[in-house]
Amino acid sequence: MFSAILKRLAATIPVLLVVAIVIFSVLRLTPGDPAAIVAGDGATVQQIEQIRHHMGLDQPIPVQFYRWIGDVMQGDFGTSLISGLPVKDMILDRMGPTIAITLYTVLYTILISIPIGILSAWRRGKAVDKAVTAASVLGFSVPVFITAYLLIFLFSMVLGWLPVQGYRPLSAGIWEHIRHMILPVASLGTIYIALLTRFVRSSIIDTLNEDYIRTARAKGLNERSILMRHALPNAAVPILTIIGLTITMLIGGVVVTESVFNIPGLGRLVVEAILAKDFTIIQALIILFSVVDIVVNLVVDILYRFVDPRIDS
Amino acid sequence: MKRSSFNFPKLTGSLFIAIPLMLSTPGLATAETTITAVMQAPLRSLDPVITTAYVIRNYGYMIYDTLLSVDAEGKIQPQMLEKWEVSPDGKTYTFTLRDGLKWHDGKPVTSTDCIASIERWSTQDKMGQITKDLTASIDRIDDKSFSMTFTTATNIVLRALSKPSSLAAFMMPESVAKTPPAQAITEAVGSGPFKFVMDQYKPGVNALFVKNTEYVSRAEPPSGMAGGRVVKVDKVRWVAMPDAMTGINAIKNGEIDYIEQAPYDLLPLLEGDGEINLIVSKLQGGQPIMRLNHLLPPFNNKLARQAAMAAIDQEQIMQADIGNPKYYSTCGALFGCNTTYASTVGSEDLVKANPEKSKALLKEAGYDGTPIVIMHPTDFANAGGSFVPVIAQQLRQGGFTVDVQAMDWQTVVTRRASQKPVSEGGWNIFTTYLSLADISDPLSNYSVAANGKGAWFGWPDSPEIEKLRQNFATTDNDKELKSLAEQVQKLAMDDVAVVPLGEFSVVAAARKSLTGILNAPVPVFWNIEKTGK
Repeated sequence: MFSAILKRLAATIPVLLVVAIVIFSVLRLTPGDPAAIVAGDGATVQQIEQIRHHMGLDQPIPVQFYRWIGDVMQGDFGTSLISGLPVKDMILDRMGPTIAITLYTVLYTILISIPIGILSAWRRGKAVDKAVTAASVLGFSVPVFITAYLLIFLFSMVLGWLPVQGYRPLSAGIWEHIRHMILPVASLGTIYIALLTRFVRSSIIDTLNEDYIRTARAKGLNERSILMRHALPNAAVPILTIIGLTITMLIGGVVVTESVFNIPGLGRLVVEAILAKDFTIIQALIILFSVVDIVVNLVVDILYRFVDPRIDS
Repeated sequence: MKRSSFNFPKLTGSLFIAIPLMLSTPGLATAETTITAVMQAPLRSLDPVITTAYVIRNYGYMIYDTLLSVDAEGKIQPQMLEKWEVSPDGKTYTFTLRDGLKWHDGKPVTSTDCIASIERWSTQDKMGQITKDLTASIDRIDDKSFSMTFTTATNIVLRALSKPSSLAAFMMPESVAKTPPAQAITEAVGSGPFKFVMDQYKPGVNALFVKNTEYVSRAEPPSGMAGGRVVKVDKVRWVAMPDAMTGINAIKNGEIDYIEQAPYDLLPLLEGDGEINLIVSKLQGGQPIMRLNHLLPPFNNKLARQAAMAAIDQEQIMQADIGNPKYYSTCGALFGCNTTYASTVGSEDLVKANPEKSKALLKEAGYDGTPIVIMHPTDFANAGGSFVPVIAQQLRQGGFTVDVQAMDWQTVVTRRASQKPVSEGGWNIFTTYLSLADISDPLSNYSVAANGKGAWFGWPDSPEIEKLRQNFATTDNDKELKSLAEQVQKLAMDDVAVVPLGEFSVVAAARKSLTGILNAPVPVFWNIEKTGK
């Protein structure tokens, strides 16, 4: 298994290099000029040229790429073209909220959807299953911002229990932290719960049709043991795949939730950077997202081997 | 089958314990009197001299100070200065700083700092550039005094150093002001009424200002941008709010205190709220404009430009832009309708559409029906997102063939700098808006500058207008200034240097716990008190 992991890690280097070249080129080919944005509405062509020269954006693109990739190799992602602050610091600043919302959403999703998915599979075709199926369809059909506004209206504006917006780190107090996370996680989780519940249900149903389940029932095992000790572990591989995908989608993909709840995370940073053509931040974030994607997939691959040792062999 | 060691409940339980430990980050301090404000745009850079972005100008007023300022009556008043004196020939101005002025790092403000600040500012600001062109020398007299000598008798230095908006002449320490003009400063050391808390600054998210307890305010009561700048709260926090609806919910719920520009379409949600004041400000309002590219056909022909102006109907455009007539008016005055230099000369064809005249002018101009490209910034309502389709339809009715190209605002900002033909990425028309504080006279209103390729995007070329603007710079007789402004208005409208599309007011929302909000051309946070929640 060790050698497999090392091979996977080695394969990430060319992947990241391709990502770096593609994102660098695409950004230079898209319309938009950070110098014009820095200069503001009243600037003249001459003033914009001066700023572009100072930013080094008047250099040939290969020269710009060579300088940038050289710095990245040494762990230096440069400074933001707009704010002038180190990109690394800006990303680290925004990481906490995104990690929080991602992990809480994944946990919330797992805790809700796995039991419901199992229940739905176990009661296949019954009223409970139909209700879960209907709720799931509703869950992934309603856009997250609609769910968010409805939850804000009810829990913040009408009942006054939870704040409308904002993020508080744990150092501001555990309750402060949690109460600012409840509505974003509840809104965002709705879609993923719906998605995962459907996958758990179908995976378990597939497993319940296997011969060894029939054998277990014939041996007289109770339904709980059949479901928890035989069906669920064997249905875990596709479930793990979906959980891995959910994590990669959430990192950087929570833009709407972060915007509606005013959470200063990476999703908002990437959108702000794209709108402001802040090349250095976009490049660093895309590389970061690629690394996260690779790591999450690697972890999922390793977990496959734990839940199904046959994969290792 | 081999029994799996994978256990969902155990895994999730462990994560619940581990995550809180992983996420500990430095916290935000709280204070008794903190104003939490949502400004019109997030703060992303800290140099009020390199950019004309209004949020950075507003930031400038928080932490920097100006030598002069303009009061509510439009009179120039000393701010950092104790006094200024003019030589009998009107060519030399001697400025003397007030006692006790200090930078936020504790060092005294000196005339050397002010000279360096004026030099950097005058390379960037258009009125500053005119001042610089007329300057013979700037000389330090002592730590508190310096003089500026001009090649001719002029009071332009007073008008330039006191103007409230982009680019206001903020004073900075010499070490900061020596930064090359094209390089954005990243420090935040001023001498203004607030100090900037750098370690809490998150560009695009959060900016914290604390009261500068060592600030020496003027004794006079506040008036416009002039007078005392007494800070009556401990902190002011600017938070970005990317979703307008969230901002409205947050102020209703008491989570924020102030929204600098509440969206017009969401105002009905605030109008009935007993806890919120809506503050309509004409002074902070704006003038939407249409800019034609004078370098390319058909608008390199004055008749075609006049045809475009004749096709425009301001009322329809302002309805699309603002909607509620309480907050807009039609106006043909280039320098604003309620300002010292207000004049509507030459704008007779502007406010109401005259499509027949437009068609006749186009015929006379020999327009061949080539489509004119209008850039449509769909993501920026006030800059044209809401009203470009209306302009396009009016131009069609006026005889033009129109090609509306949808794009984001940043693409407009980049593309409008192109002087190439349309087929190579050029353009014919773009729209935006100017703050009324920026357009009040022929020098500060950069849209009337007509020095060809040295002018603002669109590049109008009219030596007559430039001559009048030069005269405006070197005249200090009020009557003559008004006459010159009127002549500029007339020529600029005839040449169609710019097409004003009306005027709108800005509506700020503030919780009733805030009192003392000043009616000034720039949103300022001195004089505001906060009581309760």
